[in-house]
Formats: sequence, C-alpha cells, structure tokens
Amino acid sequence: MKPAPFQYHAPRTVEEAVAMLAAVAPQDGRVLAGGQSLVPTMAFRLARPAHLVDINGVAGLDRLAVEGDELVIGACVRHAAFERPVAAGPLGRLLGAVVRHIAHFPIRTRGTFCGSLAHADPASEWCTVAATLDAALVAKSARGTRVMAAKDFFSWIMTTTLAEDELLIEAHLKLLRPDTRFGFCEFSRRAGDYAIAMALAVFRLENGTIAEPRIGLGGAEGRPRRIAEAEAALAGRTPTQATFRAAADAAAAASDPLEDSQTSGEYRRDLVRTVLRRALERAS
Amino acid sequence: MTGKIEITLTINGRAHAIRVEPRRTLADAIREECGQTGTHLGCEHGVCGACTVILGDEPVRACLMFAVQAQGKAIRTVEGLAADGALHPLQRAFIEHHALQCGFCTPGFLMLAVSVLERKPDIDDAELREVLASNLCRCTGYQNILKAVRAAADAMRAG
Repeated sequence: MKPAPFQYHAPRTVEEAVAMLAAVAPQDGRVLAGGQSLVPTMAFRLARPAHLVDINGVAGLDRLAVEGDELVIGACVRHAAFERPVAAGPLGRLLGAVVRHIAHFPIRTRGTFCGSLAHADPASEWCTVAATLDAALVAKSARGTRVMAAKDFFSWIMTTTLAEDELLIEAHLKLLRPDTRFGFCEFSRRAGDYAIAMALAVFRLENGTIAEPRIGLGGAEGRPRRIAEAEAALAGRTPTQATFRAAADAAAAASDPLEDSQTSGEYRRDLVRTVLRRALERAS
Repeated sequence: MTGKIEITLTINGRAHAIRVEPRRTLADAIREECGQTGTHLGCEHGVCGACTVILGDEPVRACLMFAVQAQGKAIRTVEGLAADGALHPLQRAFIEHHALQCGFCTPGFLMLAVSVLERKPDIDDAELREVLASNLCRCTGYQNILKAVRAAADAMRAG
C-alpha cells in the first residue's frame, strides 16, 4: 500500500505547470491536485506515474468567483468550499446541496472540483453537475488554451477529451435564474461511498408548467449526461406525480446502465427510475 | 527527483527537519521520520480515517497526502491534544463515555472531532452523525463516540 517512486515537480505559475506537464506527460507524468482519487490509486499501484506535477502551489488556481453571469471555479478549489453558498441564488444552493454527498468531510477539505472532472469517475457528483448544467471547461497547455463543453469532455469511465499535456485550469457554470428549482438524489450502499446511480433535476415553472428542464444522470452509465427523453417528458407539463413518473420511466428506458459484479444492469435501471423521481419531487 | 528531499514538518508546534522520498505519505513521515506514532495507519487508501490529522485548521487523511506537500503548514496530531499533562476535554469525554475499546481508531476520531468542534461549536446532532461517519470504528458501534463528542461539545462551550 505504498506508492511507487516518482519525480516530484512543484511549479509556482500556470506557465511553469504546463511547461513541466508538456515535458513529463510522454513519460506518464500526471497532475496532482487534491490527490483524493490519485493517491489511493497509486497506493494500490494501479497508477505508477513517473512524474507528478503538483499544482497546489500554483498562484491563482484557488480562484472561485462570480464573473458576469458565470461562476468560475479554479483548478485548486476544494469540495469543501461549496459547503457555504458560493454564488447568490439557486446555483450556490444547488452546489451546497450536492457537495454533502461527496465522500466525507476530511476528503472534501483536499479534493478539488476540477480534479473530479478530470478524473471523470462516472460516480462523481461534480461530473453530473457539470454535464447537467453544461459547464464550460478551460484547458491550458504549452500549445494554448481551449474551452470544451461538458458534453464533449466526458468520453467514458475515467476518460476525457483532455490531452495528456493539458491542465484543466477552470470550470465555468452559468448562474441560474432566481426562480430555478432543483433536486438531487443519489443511492450508494454506504454513507460516503460511490453512488450506484444519481440524478440531478433542474427546471423552472412558467404559468404552472415546466420550462427549461435539465435532467442529468450520473453513476449509472459510463459517463454523466443529460437525458433528452426525460427532458421531453417534462417540458410544458404540469409538475405532478404522473409527469415525474413518466420522466423517470423515460430516463430508465433511455439509459444504458453499467453492469458490474455486484450490480446488474436491470438493478441500475430501476435505480435510475427511483433517483430521478425523487430528484424531481425534491425540485417541486 | 525520486531521491530524498529535505523538508521540515511542523507538528504540534515543533519543527522536524527530515529527508524523505516524494512518495512518502504524510502519515508515514509523521510516524517513521518524526517518531510521532500516535497517528495510526489503517487502510492506507483513505477509507478508514485512522490517520486523520489537522492541517492548518482542517481535518485531512494523512495517507492521501505526500509529506512534501505539508511543508510550511501547521500539523496537529493526537500528541498535541493534552496540555500540561491535562487531557483535552474530548479525551476525557472518550474515557467517561467508553468511546473506545481497542483504541486503534481513537486518534483519528479525536482529531476529526476536535477540528469539527473548533469549526462548529454548535454543531447539531444530524451533522455530527454525518461528519463522524467519515471514520471507521470496529469496536464501539459509534453510539458512545457520538455521546462523547456531544458531551465534549457541551463542556467546551461551557468553558
């Protein structure tokens, strides 16, 4: 349970960090942010990176600020930062409601929002939030900077479209209108454990009917995503139990659930139905 | 460098100048290089919480950090809780409420609970249950740990 040897690099600026990453990425160089997923993986020796570029000392990456109509989350912003509202209105409350489901408090003091996205565990709450709210993700390398939409970022289990020499320096989330409602629900076998399925429901009411529904699923499939079929079952309808059940059924039918030694696809599909219905009830 | 690096860890106010490989976890460095063996290591992958220490003013899993990352930060471990030979109120409460049996998980629970009570002296029962779920105890069934932390919270508030 001891990590294999590696060379340690501690850049002080983003420019230094991406230059170091460019130099060591071809030799299995990795970024070390909060380390709450990477270090256990190294302890198991499932990962044996030859180099770690520790970004914790990089100036400015702890930026967490509302700019215009967006919340900007820097690469070193810890999960625990979201336990108090970080933005006025529903977005701050949504992030505050979701963060309590991430592991345990001593993990949340170290683990980072952007690190979770880059790690892309399908059971990550922040990945589900990013997919549901269509986050914009800013990647920087020695070659330049590019912005990716969340829907193009998550490829599959622990796989993203981030290049090996790119550092995810920021995530941007659009602020939500004051009348936005949200509900989140996840199921895991033990408190703080990885969720087997989770759902985030976000919508507004216009003249008593559902407007701009966003339904995100996580944990159930190989990557988090919005479920268009469930959103279609909600748009323009009144927020009744029957509507929520129809949307939950649509999501279950549309999902392509993961299977593993402990959890069958059918069980996960049932969970999708349940967690989405509960998320919708909490949003109403 | 995979070779050893010279660093200084400040544990309970005392500086420890040590040489460690970058792969050395903070938990191992605290125990092996600094000789502070009150911090225990259970799972070594972040699940059990036995190695919980306070870094700055936050509880962390010392097995999920490298020692080189803790340079320049104030580290508090169980050895620093008692002052002038008098146990910390939380340590006394653990004894009074039988919140330990074998004692292996106790240092981690103490550091977790101390940091939480320092941050939130008025923490409610629901949140206390949630935060104490961070660590594993195989002996007590947790109820006595909850009672002890609740009693210590009341004692600490009363001064």
